[in-house]
Amino acid sequence: MTSARHPTRPPASWLAAAAAAALAVLAAAVAIGPISLPFSDVAAVLADRLPLVSVDHDVAPVAAAIITEVRLPRVILAGLVGSVLATAGTAFQATFRNPLADPYLLGAAGGAGLGVTVALTETGGSLGTANLGVTMAAFAGALLAVALAYALGSSAEGRSGASLILAGVAVAALFAALQTLLLQRDDEAVRDVYAWLLGRLNVAGWDEVRLLAPSAALAIGAMVVAARRLDLLALGDDEAESLGVNAARLRLGVIVAATLGTAAAVAVSGLIGFVGIVVPHAIRLRAGPSYRRILPLAAILGVPFLCGADLLARTLLAPAEIPIGVVTAVVGAPFFLALLRTNRVGRA
Amino acid sequence: MRPAVYATDLRVVAGDATLLGPVALTVGAGDWVNVIGPNGAGKTTLLRALGGLADFSGRVDHHGKPLKALSRRKRARSIGFVAQSPAIPPGLTIEQYVLFGRAPHLRPLASEGPRDFEVVARTLAQLGLAGLSEREVQTLSGGERQRTALARALAQEPRLLLLDEPTSALDIGHQQEVLELVDRLRRDIKITVISTMHDLTLAARYGDHLVMLAAGQVIASGPPVQVLTGPHLAAHYGACVDVITHRGQLVVVPIREDGEPSSVPARQPLPRPKEHRNART
Repeated sequence: MTSARHPTRPPASWLAAAAAAALAVLAAAVAIGPISLPFSDVAAVLADRLPLVSVDHDVAPVAAAIITEVRLPRVILAGLVGSVLATAGTAFQATFRNPLADPYLLGAAGGAGLGVTVALTETGGSLGTANLGVTMAAFAGALLAVALAYALGSSAEGRSGASLILAGVAVAALFAALQTLLLQRDDEAVRDVYAWLLGRLNVAGWDEVRLLAPSAALAIGAMVVAARRLDLLALGDDEAESLGVNAARLRLGVIVAATLGTAAAVAVSGLIGFVGIVVPHAIRLRAGPSYRRILPLAAILGVPFLCGADLLARTLLAPAEIPIGVVTAVVGAPFFLALLRTNRVGRA
Repeated sequence: MRPAVYATDLRVVAGDATLLGPVALTVGAGDWVNVIGPNGAGKTTLLRALGGLADFSGRVDHHGKPLKALSRRKRARSIGFVAQSPAIPPGLTIEQYVLFGRAPHLRPLASEGPRDFEVVARTLAQLGLAGLSEREVQTLSGGERQRTALARALAQEPRLLLLDEPTSALDIGHQQEVLELVDRLRRDIKITVISTMHDLTLAARYGDHLVMLAAGQVIASGPPVQVLTGPHLAAHYGACVDVITHRGQLVVVPIREDGEPSSVPARQPLPRPKEHRNART
């Protein structure tokens, strides 16, 4: 069977095409905004910022600052968040053998929401500027929720997929109730909390990028490395074990990586839905069911997906901004329904 | 020659319930042993324990080496396991699926090389699937699916093949086809086969030896004539049957007396004090 194309690895041409698409969308997202900047200016300013490269350009300092201090960090942050959420969604779908699994499955969203609510109501924090306290509270809440769901779901029948998902639902419900209770006692925080819940890339700066990048890279790397074993896990726990995979340890490792990445993304960007479902399923339609193909492609294509969504969020109703969570939901929900209608999701 | 499987004092417990054991079992290299028994007897549990897939106490040796001392990967290189109804992700082609059988032979992060593709091609040819390698597994008939699952396990190049009711979803023609194929492969590539079986007549026809389990215990073990007896089947299956010899082979025939709807004998009460729960068999 010496077919020219490896049956489960992603062809290099696909990876190259995906990377080119990501770069094109990134460049467009930096160039387009309330003040439109020519691509040549963007390229000159960015090239000049590279180490060991000096480019003479006559771009006005204000325009250069818009590129490097306003748009670039936001675009990079959107790309990182998109990549992490798309990869984590894929990994959760593989781990739980459930095509509807998303990055928030085990209560990460509810935990982060409660963390932010506590930070804003109990400590009088605010969302006005990049607020490390709020970010860390979201991160801690998400990790706490997932750890709780894992502990509760493990006691019954040894960490089967179904019991973990049910525990995640229960934890999310509990955290949502606590959040409602806190918000009811402090209606000033309601507006801030909802603004955060719908996504908040609009306040993104280099601080957020620095906060997210290491854990995102670590999480994405760990998930992509696990891809071949996740293909075996898709056959069932017994089959995976009979093929040499430690199913329980693999599941735990992937959950930890996906949760770490998701929590870090949620902490800097708020809750942005549908990325982890739309991106992997769109890839699956073309690339088939092997996670060795889907995972690396999801890590790359999550970048243009969320950058594009962010671009729409800040240009469609300019000068007003649409919350990015609204944009991804408006794009994602019909896509999801279309997938259901063609039966691809139900069979996956 | 060392036996392919030597088990002694083998037990599997889940919480307070003993699912299996104590069981003693020896399977010679190259033999085909069928495990029979009523629903819930512990057949699948025994198979999973012998494959190292279920936690067990006691001792299981595989070709003279303690199973527990083998790493997962080493174990996977010498024991193949086919589940009763293998889950195969939609969209997967036969070639992709069978290639998964090479996983235990690959180093972490390594990719399949020419030798792996050779083994897959050879296995597909052995199982009559050579022309179908690009077909999606979901589009196959039941018999072809079962052969594909077998191919995935054989691509591991195991010395021991564990089959959990390999024919339960097939019609009689495909049952014979799959079992004949297993028998031919067992002789050609010299592997040992342990299979759980639902159909007693087929179990007698294809196994060298039968092991009858009931309530987690071995009731009888040996050549089919010693194991498949009317009294055993009455006591442990609650079945009213005649075991007859037809053209030199054992045949289990269900009996129903005219006008007497309930002449089915009562099963022997379970011999163990603890509650017996085993949903997997």
